[in-house]
Amino acid sequence: MLTALSILTDGLAYAAYLFIIAIGLTLIFGVMKILNVAHGSFYAFGAYGAATAVGIYFNGHDWNAAGGFLFMVIAGMAIGLVLGLVLERGILRWVYGKDEVIVVLVTYAVFLILEDLVVLIWGAQSYPAYQPLVAAGSIDLGDLVLSNYDIVLVVLAALLAVGSSWALRFTRYGRLLTTVIFDREIAAAFGINVTVVYTVTFLIGAMLGALSGAVMAPKISVTLGIGVEVIVLAFAVVAIGGMGSIEGALVGALIVGICRAAAVHLVPQIELFVIYGVMAAVLIVRPYGLFVRAQPRKI
Amino acid sequence: MANRSQIIGGLAFAAAAVAAPFLPDWVVSLATIAFANALVVLGLIVLWRAGLVSFGQALYYCLGGYVVALIARWTGFTDAFVLVLLGGIVGGIVAFILGFLIARYREIFFAMLSLALSMILYGVLVKTESLGSTDGFSVLTPTFIGYAPHRDALNLALYWLTLGICALSALGVGAYFRTIAGALAAPVRDNEIRVEFLGVSVSHVIHVKVVVAGILGGLGGGLAALAIGHVDPNMAYWTTSGSFMFVAILAGAGSVAAAFVGSLLFEGVRSFAADTMPQFWQMILGTALLVTILFVPEGLGSLLLRLRRRKARPS
Amino acid sequence: MSQNLGLARLSSLLAFSLAAAVTPVQAQQAAAPAAAPVKLGIVSFLTGPAASPFGIPGRNGAEIVIEALNSGKAPAPYNQVGFGGSKIEAKYVDEAGSAANVVTEFRNLVQRDQVDAVVGYVSSGSCLAVTPVAEELKALTVLYDCGTPRIFEEKARSNVFRVSPHATMDNVAAARYLLAKKKNLTSYSGINQNYAWGQDSWRDFVGAMKVLAPKVTADKVLFPKLFAGEYGAEVSTLLTSKSQALHSSFYDGDLEAFIYQEQARGLDKRMTMILTTGEAAIWRLRDKMPDGTIIGGRGASGPLARDTPINKWFQKIYTDRYNTPPTYPAYQMAQSLLGLKVAYEKAKKAGAKPTSDEIAAAFKGIEFDGPAGHIKMALGDGHQGIAETAYGIYRFNKKTKEPEVVDIVRYPAECVNPPPGIDADKWIAGGMKGAKCN
Repeated sequence: MLTALSILTDGLAYAAYLFIIAIGLTLIFGVMKILNVAHGSFYAFGAYGAATAVGIYFNGHDWNAAGGFLFMVIAGMAIGLVLGLVLERGILRWVYGKDEVIVVLVTYAVFLILEDLVVLIWGAQSYPAYQPLVAAGSIDLGDLVLSNYDIVLVVLAALLAVGSSWALRFTRYGRLLTTVIFDREIAAAFGINVTVVYTVTFLIGAMLGALSGAVMAPKISVTLGIGVEVIVLAFAVVAIGGMGSIEGALVGALIVGICRAAAVHLVPQIELFVIYGVMAAVLIVRPYGLFVRAQPRKI
Repeated sequence: MANRSQIIGGLAFAAAAVAAPFLPDWVVSLATIAFANALVVLGLIVLWRAGLVSFGQALYYCLGGYVVALIARWTGFTDAFVLVLLGGIVGGIVAFILGFLIARYREIFFAMLSLALSMILYGVLVKTESLGSTDGFSVLTPTFIGYAPHRDALNLALYWLTLGICALSALGVGAYFRTIAGALAAPVRDNEIRVEFLGVSVSHVIHVKVVVAGILGGLGGGLAALAIGHVDPNMAYWTTSGSFMFVAILAGAGSVAAAFVGSLLFEGVRSFAADTMPQFWQMILGTALLVTILFVPEGLGSLLLRLRRRKARPS
Repeated sequence: MSQNLGLARLSSLLAFSLAAAVTPVQAQQAAAPAAAPVKLGIVSFLTGPAASPFGIPGRNGAEIVIEALNSGKAPAPYNQVGFGGSKIEAKYVDEAGSAANVVTEFRNLVQRDQVDAVVGYVSSGSCLAVTPVAEELKALTVLYDCGTPRIFEEKARSNVFRVSPHATMDNVAAARYLLAKKKNLTSYSGINQNYAWGQDSWRDFVGAMKVLAPKVTADKVLFPKLFAGEYGAEVSTLLTSKSQALHSSFYDGDLEAFIYQEQARGLDKRMTMILTTGEAAIWRLRDKMPDGTIIGGRGASGPLARDTPINKWFQKIYTDRYNTPPTYPAYQMAQSLLGLKVAYEKAKKAGAKPTSDEIAAAFKGIEFDGPAGHIKMALGDGHQGIAETAYGIYRFNKKTKEPEVVDIVRYPAECVNPPPGIDADKWIAGGMKGAKCN
């Protein structure tokens, strides 16, 4: 019974982590059809920014921890915004319309450059940012102790899911985005300024990517290479859920989260394969992911 | 009947072979590894022409390497020709089996599924402690039909073996491009449905290409294993596939020879970057890739094509 | 395919320009005067996640020791300038990249840059890849950090040496210390990274525990992915376990993430953690490292080191330059260089620079003192070093606000290292016969 409860809570916490990371990636892919390898860099920059912010806020002051969390999140998202702007206006706009895979490789090149840029800016040492995690405290569920920070992350993920679905469906701008996701040419034919939509989407995606790094920073040690692992996880979740589908990313994150938690508790030997196994299994049954309608073939 | 480009290509390979004893050892080793990798890139180019990008060629590269290493270790058989050939064959067989699954996918999903399969192999190898897990294990020194060279002679022997297999593969792939199945690559990329209406099975065509790429990947991996002397699961990791894609972009899908020149160039740039800026070599590579994509999107091979066209234009 | 002509030209041009552009200057060989510098290639992780905990401290250790040796101000018997009067020139190379990259860079160091010796390598994978190449090229190589015992157990080596003891010592000593300090232990668990280092560490630890305390069982055996970073499920699993101790060979990024996450949920209050590489992290974790954690340093390094003059000297020069005390990778690098110096000076006949073979012959079986204690090249036919190790308990001193390690127990080299002639894992499985503990 305790194990089942553990699997549920761990699965939810890991799913929240995956969803927050993947939502920016799926949004950018859905709208712009760009599989952004540099998403890992947004994560890394968000985390480093958050670590710097936490260092500034908490060292020597006794200020409110919730305020620190907010400051950290805002700092991370600000860095994401700046980075996204530089990338989109500076590099990506020259490759719109080129072959999909070329664009992926451009983002891969950008990722390589940004990895070393991190070293230039922050050096090779690692940065702690644990204060918000510690301040959040924990709650006891019998033998099981849960960290409140994980609960915060689950709430955040839920808010993001609900918020983005609502925004896409009920705000004017959201509907514009949905139109562009469905068919870019027709949307342009209707007078939608697709270039602006692209830029704004990329910025939102960048900020979400940086946000994911910022909120994870207190749990990890912010060091070189944290972006690399995240890329594959994000890709897998987005592939499972369907590119461009936020509900898909949510369901994909939940499936992977619960499966992985079950594996760790029950069959630890397969933990390494779980995410790739689920991805392969889903793609075999539904080649475009869970939530994307089969595209009609264009003659 | 040999045509002009085959003669030129043959001469280029011959020149590369003859030059070797006069070049420093470390250049020869670097070139051997570059040419072994170029075989994998050639496989990528075969797929790319049909509009398919594989982010999992490292699977076949790793398989080729491990086949060579394991057969040598388990049976003591060290003949390089046979081992590398076996690497290619195993690559082909696995590609044939996986092809049934993969040939149904296109674009990003093809890429993602191939990545997933390659990472599954990685996971299996990491979990296999008897094979050394992430440490891998070393490959026995190869022999060449009884001849057992050491040091410089071994270096040269491996280099010539690699060149030989590369030349044969280049000829083979060039010939394949001139067949109907090979020539169908561009139509398949542009509009599959029309190709099907012509009565050709597109998934069959793609399946064949997957197998060709698998064989080339296996050959490349086997040669690389002999050249490096060590195999580890990292050969199947997605960043390894990424570096092959990198070279493919540098080279462009335009021609067979581009794979070899591009691979040599990449190894050279990487080594140069590691030498001059040990902490920032990734940034140099990334910038080189970016510049190539932005300014020479068809790859460096196309630069020469443009030069030739300009020369041919009258007045 | 008519562009092949241009490409053929391009390929030949490329090959020749590559050769021309980087043709090495011919280095002086044995006939050179003794004042010619000794060139060393120093390889460690300068980028990537292993840079911060291991690669950079190793590199810094090299830099500061080479500087001290070149100035002739090192304590006796290391006070000759450089190596035998010749100043040392170091070239620093990044270890990051695939095995192909590592081997290529090794060949470049030996053949293009013509270094006299290569000192380096953190990752066991790199060490295993480079060793056969070093043997083939007859290039003198000193491995400084990698832990796998396989290097000298798989085959006899002539040109490769490792001054630092291998990782078996860490886990055998961990088992001994744990059993000595926790007399009522009934069950233990483990969390190690799912790759060779973590798998080998756990296997050695479990093997040693089976020999020393057969009734104590292993409960939860966790192997999360390397660099996973998120350990929620693992912490929950451990919270449901009745073990009193937790073994881990985690390091830096993963270790810090795990500590932050488990502390938030109070795991360390339920089980004592044994961290075999914990010493490398204490200066960063500081008050976040739980009091009562058992700490190892892959040898008697840092706060586990004896208070000898040479240790004091090393700690001073390192801390003065880098503003943080040296951790065990720095110690390992320092001792590797000192061992090489001893071998070089032993091999040097009057005037002439010794050849690689002469230095290698002199290196075999030497004994010398380093900042982490006395080293004997006793295993692998004189190529692999053994030394004592130490474990202790971590306390964060709230008054001085500094990390401390107390309750230190030292284990002699012959107690926790296999005797010559037997593989490490067979030695443990066979009951650790021949162990000389006091």
